Amino acid sequence: MIVAVTIVRVRDLFAAGMMFAIYSLLSAGLFTVLGAGDVALTEAAVGAGISTILVLAVLTLARRYEHPTGGHNWLALAVVLATGAILIHATLDLPEFGAADNPAQVHVGPFYTENSYSDMGIPNMVAAVLASYRSIDTMGEAFVIFAAALGVFALLSVRPTRDMPGVRKRRPPRRPGKSPEGKRP
Amino acid sequence: MIDNGILRVISRFLIPFILLVGLYIQFHGEYSPGGGFQAGVVFAAGWILYVLIYGLERGLNVISLNAMYVLSAVGVLLYAFTGLAGVLLGGKYLDFTPFSANPHTAQQTGIIIVEFGVGLTVATVAMLLFTMFARRRGEWLEALEEEDEGSE
Repeated sequence: MIVAVTIVRVRDLFAAGMMFAIYSLLSAGLFTVLGAGDVALTEAAVGAGISTILVLAVLTLARRYEHPTGGHNWLALAVVLATGAILIHATLDLPEFGAADNPAQVHVGPFYTENSYSDMGIPNMVAAVLASYRSIDTMGEAFVIFAAALGVFALLSVRPTRDMPGVRKRRPPRRPGKSPEGKRP
Repeated sequence: MIDNGILRVISRFLIPFILLVGLYIQFHGEYSPGGGFQAGVVFAAGWILYVLIYGLERGLNVISLNAMYVLSAVGVLLYAFTGLAGVLLGGKYLDFTPFSANPHTAQQTGIIIVEFGVGLTVATVAMLLFTMFARRRGEWLEALEEEDEGSE
């Protein structure tokens, strides 16, 4: 919670990226405590690892400090508060956390728990559900990742030339005391 | 950062272990937490550490940009064609049961192939995204330098 507020308040984007990594790592710890090993591993590897690295890579192209915006946007605050109030109201209708007759406990959950070992013969139920019962969903995920790569490729594969808008006006930021060649990773 | 002895020694020690953990998560995913997605990310992280220490050029010597393009597509297609293989052998799409007479073996074969496809795609896509962003700055500065020469 403290980390989340810090992320919103801080203007230094480098610090914000690092705080995001800390936030992901804390979530990973929380998932581990709750016994969700697969989710914790994903959060630690993707949230704290790769996305932080990608954010840092993008930061070599952008300015380090957020552009300050004046004043407060009261309409945005009202929308956020109203949405939050509606969501909290909706949680009142949810069944009690961990109750035995929750839909999460009585729908497909028991089927997977009872049948995945006899169907597949593998102990990790998450892998069984992801790769076999819900195979088409997982294929969709793989395609989404591939599509993300295609999108970035389409945007960044074109070499910048001086005729492109913004290339001349906004020089990439330079760290003091380092030549541009030294900055290349 | 290749001049920094501490970074070089530690990374030389760490990178093999990171790659090994990546492979472990990939192929031990049925028994312990993990799977293609996490394994791909961890594997790519090992490569990115290598790039951070030794530079992008030497990183691209290990796996070229073209190899990344091809392998990321191969991973997805491996997944899709595994599903199609199930159809050809007389089942439904992404139905692994026709692969073997033993249903356990059939499911495990299917899951391992499919997870390998996911891992391949995720690893190469992560490397690809990093490369794209990392070399952008250099290209940008080159474009500006060309402009300076042109104006003189």
